[in-house]
Amino acid sequence: MLRIDDLSAWYGEAQVLRGVSLEIAAGEVVTLCGRNGAGKTTLLRCVMGLHPGQRGTVELAGRTLSGQPAHRRARAGLGWVPDDRGCYATLTVAETLSLPPVVGPSPWSLEQVYDAFPHLHARRNAPSTTLSGGEQQMLALARVLRMGARLLLCDEPTEGLSPLLVAQVGDILRQAKQHGVAVLLVEQNLHFATTVADRHHLLAEGRVVESLENSEVAAREKDLLAYLGI
Amino acid sequence: MVNFLQHTFNGLVGGAFLALLALGLAVIFGMLRVVNFAHGAIYMLGAFGAYVLLTEVGLSFWWALLVMPIALALFGMALERLLVARLARLDPLYNFLLTFGLTLILQDAVKSRYGVQSSPYDAPAILSGTLDLGAFDFPAYRVFVLVMAVAVCVGVWWLLSRTRVGMVVRAATERPELSTALGIDVGRWVTPVFGFGIGLAGLAGVLAAPIRAVNPLMGADLIIVVFAVVVIGGLGSIFGSVAAGFAIGLVQAWVQALGEDWALLSQVLVFLVMAGVLLWRPAGLFGREEAPA
Repeated sequence: MLRIDDLSAWYGEAQVLRGVSLEIAAGEVVTLCGRNGAGKTTLLRCVMGLHPGQRGTVELAGRTLSGQPAHRRARAGLGWVPDDRGCYATLTVAETLSLPPVVGPSPWSLEQVYDAFPHLHARRNAPSTTLSGGEQQMLALARVLRMGARLLLCDEPTEGLSPLLVAQVGDILRQAKQHGVAVLLVEQNLHFATTVADRHHLLAEGRVVESLENSEVAAREKDLLAYLGI
Repeated sequence: MVNFLQHTFNGLVGGAFLALLALGLAVIFGMLRVVNFAHGAIYMLGAFGAYVLLTEVGLSFWWALLVMPIALALFGMALERLLVARLARLDPLYNFLLTFGLTLILQDAVKSRYGVQSSPYDAPAILSGTLDLGAFDFPAYRVFVLVMAVAVCVGVWWLLSRTRVGMVVRAATERPELSTALGIDVGRWVTPVFGFGIGLAGLAGVLAAPIRAVNPLMGADLIIVVFAVVVIGGLGSIFGSVAAGFAIGLVQAWVQALGEDWALLSQVLVFLVMAGVLLWRPAGLFGREEAPA
């Protein structure tokens, strides 16, 4: 579904990504782990086309995205779930849901979204920034599902959420996965990552230093936690 | 009491021009982050265009009301494509200087052809009388101006808040980068929004022609007050700029009504209010603090 080949990125003179290559198949959830500053968010921004200083190839379902502006990449099937949850003060919850165009073959209908997230239905006419943190996260996820995005780019969707809500985020991601949606997930919560992901890439100083199957993570959990500095 | 009503009415009419101009500035600033200094010159072109259409082409006020806003909106779109867009990536100061320079060019171009004295322009015959609305006789043309301005403001509000186009423009205005990542082609909306704001200034100019002195500097005097209005309402706030426009118009008229001695105060009042509002709420009455980048 997604193929990243030899991707490098710079902030001015400083290189933050150094030749990252990875692939994600349809229905696969892959995490990026690493300390702050390892380049995880920059990698997501590069795939989305929001980071101007980048070199390398990004392909979605065989179509090259490199050089395309972000709105074209979204229309090609990328679902953007940013770390700030991407809410608008000037748009209601209902408007925030219907803002992006439908881009994929199997979008959720508004009814499906409201069935799965009754809180969003109850607050549908409120400005989306007035939702609680957890509701904002659900809104960000519901929005890309309604687009029918083929690949979700999720930046720390569980950050700051209660265990109950973290579990709910997990349910949503697993549900998307069952429908063949691929996910590239930036995640600090290693335990959560193992409950949803198939594979994990460890990022350090802009490089993929290690790639692990889910089963390997449990065996080396202590080791990895120490490495991540958590 | 009748006097008070009359001053209130005149204040609303004065406020209508401030509101229309501030609305255009706010729409443009929201989308482009450009403070369009040329807004006053466009207003002047709207009024002068109406005058020229009448005297040299023989087109009536009603034609001018239709033609000038559209023509100026197209002019604004060309301006955005050819000049403003080139400076968009630089410090906002560059576009401020560009539109300031443009103001001087437009003013002097009109001045060199038509001189500095005011050109007479009559209200259309059908609106030349007065309307008896109970308390006193309202000049029909001014009632028309007020109704038009309110209708346009409500129309723009409806467009922005109730249509898909408006929703996209709001999203693109508030968070351009996020909106592109959600599949919105933000760049596509920049030129039409700029043209729309310019068209509103042109409309205000045509409406002003029969009741304000039509001369090359008519916009230069007004635009400074409009900037203060926009700041009071909150830079980029559509509702704030319209509300502040009518409010400042009202307050100016009431202070003027106190007599000759208060004339000076009514001139500087808007700036005193602006200073006060800025001290109290730096983002303006209805403005939102800019999110840290």
